[in-house]
Amino acid sequence: MSHASHAMDAPHGVREGSMHDMHPTTTGIPSRKVALWTLIGSECLFFASLISTYLVYKGKSLVGPLPHTESQCMLHGQMQACEPIIEIPLVTFGTAVLLFSSFFIVLALYGAQKGRRGMLIGWLGATVVAGLFFVGMQVYEFTHFFHKGMGYSTNLFSSSFFTLTGFHGSHVTAGVIWLSTLLVLAIRGKIPPGKSLNLEIAALYWHFVDVVWIVIFPVVYLMR
Amino acid sequence: MDAHAHDSQAPGAQHAHPTPGLYARIALILFVLTALEVMVFEIAGGHFITSLQSVVAPVAVLILLVLSAAKFALVAMFYMHLKQDPRLLSNLFVFPIIIAAVIIISLVVLFSYWRKVGAL
Repeated sequence: MSHASHAMDAPHGVREGSMHDMHPTTTGIPSRKVALWTLIGSECLFFASLISTYLVYKGKSLVGPLPHTESQCMLHGQMQACEPIIEIPLVTFGTAVLLFSSFFIVLALYGAQKGRRGMLIGWLGATVVAGLFFVGMQVYEFTHFFHKGMGYSTNLFSSSFFTLTGFHGSHVTAGVIWLSTLLVLAIRGKIPPGKSLNLEIAALYWHFVDVVWIVIFPVVYLMR
Repeated sequence: MDAHAHDSQAPGAQHAHPTPGLYARIALILFVLTALEVMVFEIAGGHFITSLQSVVAPVAVLILLVLSAAKFALVAMFYMHLKQDPRLLSNLFVFPIIIAAVIIISLVVLFSYWRKVGAL
């Protein structure tokens, strides 16, 4: 096979496994992949605005609860002393689970590209479970905060915290739904190596959700 | 320059994805870096290795930012395959990241200045 015909068979930016799902593009990169990266770029700016807001208002709350220090807060209709609200061990565990979910999904993608159906289904299932755990952790955390007297509009910390982590949580939820549909397709045998691009794009989104949390975790939970 | 070397510089050029072994090593490094982040937090707060608190606390934010940036880069390069995929995709990601960083730093500095001069 000549170099030219080989190039036509496997355009740049496309793995062999995803060839059947591909139409010619001027860049040689699948349009859907470029579109997803463009979406990720715009999402970077979206989360930058939320992180900026959190940092600008950091330490400016007039009443508690506060993340790392004891404070006076309104609970059951009266002002009283309250403990720092953030619980590092729980969130650290959730962070580790989310990080490992990124590891799980690259193994699932590897399985999809190599035609190893068992590997694809197993690791994709593990990714969905890890995502569900993270969402569950966040629901528990929000509920716990609410019962400790921290609603959405309690103070500047609570508003910026719930907005930032809530939007991230909604992105994780969307990712879990996306990956769950792909898991069903994988179980039905509808993600052969030729269609692994479908999983690759979902995996990129999932990794993005992970890298956003890599920034949020130290900024919100670890910086005093 | 041979044809392969030329291809590696082309806009759409890419290499094979990493192996599961490399993915596992990256996962282990990410786990260790996260543990280090929490350790820095605990030391700075005086809950762990209290003798190091005076050393770590003043630079805790800087250490956390460096560790976070390292984790971010590892995931982007190896799990998101930017190290192997065409440069166009890296540009689509890195350019917004730079703008995002400029936005965050500018707003934090601007609001600090306004508070300092009493404009807020």
